[in-house]
Order: sequence, then C-alpha cells, then structure tokens
Amino acid sequence: MTLDLRPYQDTLKIRAALACQRIAVVGLSSNVLRASHFVGYYLLRHGFDVVPVNPREKEVFGRISYPDLASIPGGVDLVDVFREPSAVPGIATDAAKISAKAMWLQYDVISPEGIAIADAAGMNVIVDRCIKIEHARWFGRMHVLGFNTEVISAKRQRL
Amino acid sequence: MLAEKRRQYAAMNDQASKTRPTIPRPQGFSTRAIHAGARPDPTTGARAQPIYQTTSFVFEDSESAAAYFNLQEYGNTYSRIMNPTVAAFEERLANLEGGAGSVAFASGLAAQAALFVTILEPGDHVIASSALYGGTVTQLKHLFRKLSVELTFVNPDDINAWKAAAKPNTKAFFAETIGNPGGNVLDIEAVAAVAHEVGAPLIIDNTFATAFLCRPFEFGADVVVYSATKFIGGHGTSLGGAVVDKGNFNWSNGRFPVIANASPAYHGLKFHETFGTYGLLMKLRTETLRDLGAALSPFNAFLLALGVETLPLRMKQHVANAQQIADWLAKHPRVGRVSYPGLAASPYAPLVAKYLPKGPGAIFCFDLQGGREAGVRFIAALELFSHLANVGDAKSLVIHPATTTHRQLSDTELAAAGIGPGTIRLSIGLEDSGDLIADLEQALEASR
Repeated sequence: MTLDLRPYQDTLKIRAALACQRIAVVGLSSNVLRASHFVGYYLLRHGFDVVPVNPREKEVFGRISYPDLASIPGGVDLVDVFREPSAVPGIATDAAKISAKAMWLQYDVISPEGIAIADAAGMNVIVDRCIKIEHARWFGRMHVLGFNTEVISAKRQRL
Repeated sequence: MLAEKRRQYAAMNDQASKTRPTIPRPQGFSTRAIHAGARPDPTTGARAQPIYQTTSFVFEDSESAAAYFNLQEYGNTYSRIMNPTVAAFEERLANLEGGAGSVAFASGLAAQAALFVTILEPGDHVIASSALYGGTVTQLKHLFRKLSVELTFVNPDDINAWKAAAKPNTKAFFAETIGNPGGNVLDIEAVAAVAHEVGAPLIIDNTFATAFLCRPFEFGADVVVYSATKFIGGHGTSLGGAVVDKGNFNWSNGRFPVIANASPAYHGLKFHETFGTYGLLMKLRTETLRDLGAALSPFNAFLLALGVETLPLRMKQHVANAQQIADWLAKHPRVGRVSYPGLAASPYAPLVAKYLPKGPGAIFCFDLQGGREAGVRFIAALELFSHLANVGDAKSLVIHPATTTHRQLSDTELAAAGIGPGTIRLSIGLEDSGDLIADLEQALEASR
C-alpha cells in the first residue's frame, strides 16, 4: 500500500515548518541551474540561515558546505532534502541526532522508511512539496506569475 | 544582499508564521470566482482589483533585478511577461479550473499558438478534432504547415479514429469540450487515455463550457486553453486568452526534449527538472510570451477578471435560456436539426450527463428550411439577436457560419464540422427567454 502523504502536506504543518530560522539544505548544489540552488538562493534571500550540506561541495553561496548533518556546529531547525529517496533514512537518523525540529522532503523525495524515522523522533515532516513554493505561496510573491496559490483572503495583504 | 534586508525578511517570516492561516477548507466555486487571485492590495487597501497600467516595474536593487531575470525570485519586470492585474486574472482562472497556474495572452488564438510553439518541434505530429472553431482549424492547418508540424483531423466522436491516427511522433491531442458549432461533446476520459497511452498530453479548449460547467482536468486532460473573450469576460468587451496547466504531465518522459532538455533560449535552464509542476508554465511565460509578445493588456485583464466574478450566475442563466430555446426550436415546423446537446434526443445525452451535468453551454446551431437564402432573410428579420462573429456574450448573438466564421473551410471540412448551407448558429444571452423566443418566431416566419 502506498503511504498517504496528505498528513505530511497539511497547511498548518507547512506554515509551522516555515517558522524556522536555520535550514540545512542537504544536496545543495553550486550549479546555478539546479533546483536545489534556486531554492537555497531563495531561502537565503528571504532571511533564512541556510547551511549547505553536500560532501561534493566546499562552499555554496560563500557558506561552508558540510559533509553531513552531524558536522554542522550548533545544529539546525529544519532539514530540507534534495537527495534520492534511498538516502532519506540515513538523513532522518542524523536529523534526529542533531535534534532538528522538522524534516522537509522536496518533490519526489518519498521514503516511507525515512518518514517513519523522522515521525518517531517527533519531527514535523513535510513530504513531496517544495519549500520555496510553499514559502512563496503563503508569505511571498508566488501570485505575481499567475500561479494558483489557492490562497483566498479578504484581508489587506502585507507589502 | 544587505544584512538589514535579511533581518527585515526574517522578521516578516516570524510575524507571518504567527498569524492565523487562511481557512484550510476547500471553498466553493462562487467564492473562488470572486476571491481567487484578488487579495486586497497591500499598498492602498483597494478592494477592487487595481489596474496596473504600467509597462515596467522599478527594481528594489540590482540583486533583486538579477534574481527576477534569473527566475530565482518571483517578481515583476516588464508587462510583456507579467503584470499584477493580469496575474490576478490568471490565478483566478487557474484556481477555478483546478490547475497549477495559467498564462494569459492577448486572445484565445494567441494562447493556442503559444502553447503549440512551446511544446512542438518541426517533425512532430498533432491529432485534432475535425469539429473545431473555424479560426482554430485555419490556425492549425497553416501555422503547422509553416512550422513543419504534421496534422491529422479526426472525427472526435470516434475513439478508434483517435487511436488509429496516433504515430510515434504524435506530441499532442487537441479538441473542444463542446465542438463549435456542431455541439459535439467530447468523451474526454476516453481520448485522454489514448493520448496518455502514446505519452502525449490532451489539450482541451474549454471556451464553450468554462470551468463552471466542466473541468477537463478532472477527467484526465492535461492542459486547457481558453478564449476568455467569450463567457469568461461575458460581456463582449475585451479580447483575451489563456493557457491553464494542470501541472502533472511528465514532460521528461523522453518525448519532449524541447521542454526537458537544457534550453538555449534561457541560458541552459532545464524547465521541467527545475520547476517541476510549474515547468511548462514558466517556459510558456519566460520564453514564448517573452518572444511572441502577445501579452494581455492590464485593462482587458481587469474586465475579464471582473466578468469571472459573475460567471456562475451567468452560466446558469445562459444554460437555462439555451435549453428553453433549443426545446422550442426543435418543435418548430420550419426548423430542421437542432444541434443543442442538451436536447433529450441528442446522441450526446450520455456524455452531457457525465461531463456537463449543469448543462452543455449556450451556443448551438439549427438548420433552417430553405437553405442559404432563407438564412439570409432570417438574420435580416431578427431584432434582438445581434448579427456578429462572436459568442458567449450577455447579449444574444446570431451568425450564418457558411458565409462568415467558417468561410475558409471547404465543403468537406464544413460537413465534418457539422455545418450545412442553411445552418444558423445562435449564442443565447441573458435576456428574458420569452422575448428571445418571440424574436426567433417572427424571424422564422419572415424567412419563408
């Protein structure tokens, strides 16, 4: 049976996950054309403290790239994953060890085993969603390009 | 970026995360028709959609400018590519259709052409319904010939014809929800299955139904195109068109290198890999709209989005009037075939029940006894129906397709589209149906 992902895509959980400061981006590439680079750049621009995690990179955005989560001094609030699904259980185990409060799996990064590990550690787990898009949907400017944010509100918007 | 700006954004994130989220329950169609895409303006608090009548937008700083052009940040640069008023209209349309987003164009034909130019390459093949709007038939035949794209027209009612036409280079299936003007109702689910079998998207022109009457995405269609000039705007004031993408067609299935591979027109970007769900929409906007330039004007977008606010109310009345008039015409002695698929005797009744349970639109044809000359006398005698080449207006409209909209078509093509020499097309408006019937009655008498 396929895992029901809806509990991991809940609006309130997504907004709670976005209320963090320090984000480890696992698999962050220095190649400006990769999705991870677009997302890392966006998060940095929007005030998040982005920590690159990628053993194949020395530095991304002028920030030290760590080989794994355990090497990050001071830990992180959220772990954002751009890796193949088979890498997720190991990442979830490491995330639990450094007491990350949330794990965010990007599009198609779906690993029931990894999700179970993060769940058991009490993390807020978001699956098969893009952190950049969700931030832009709720707090950013996704609407300026005609995308369907699904946000309905009669409240005056913030600039 | 300046540390100050970062602190500002961080404070905003913190504040925003603590505010009460928008009601997470899925809202109804009428609520979304009014609110989607139109959150009150942050600068002025204006409740109506402001018209941003500007060509361009001042950048906050050089880094922001670079981020917008590199597509790393969502922002406004130039109104040929995006504009806040146009975006409000695009989001509203996408929301109602159940799509990931939409890109608006200066007209429906511009939207169609842009979509095809985006997904097709020379040597590709497209299968299209033979019962399409005449302007679309002409566009496909001649545009595709110039682009070296092969085209096969098939009888949309014959699922085996769709299957038989498929070839290894088939890259798109194209049809209308309700054929113009023959009233063919497409078996969307069946055609989508054939398209997906060969790894091609099903593109549906939903102009005659609108999302209120039918949402093709719910039946397997992948992309929807619109002439917003018709029921979407609803008042015959403004041209406009749009492409709405559901966002889950796999453009990386090996058959669409033009979307999946590194794009030479955007410094090597792989649109589908990078933007996933939004890949086609991003390419359509930042390459095709950028290069073809058929942008929707902010003022037209304002009028079209305003029209959508009353779409549910209007469509209910359009359909109710059309049903009454079609039923009345079907019993009239001077009238031959009436093509309204809402008639109980229509061969499309089972498809209407499945795809158009709220009614099959308000545009249909009937055959007048006496052929071409009777048609001319009939149109001349009408007082309330306007003789013009448009449909989907609040006003009732009439036209004689064989001598106007479908004039470029050969007799064989006319017959394939369900049009005879005495065929009259009506677009039923929002007037009192009794007055419309009285007008038709006196004109039928005068057509003798």
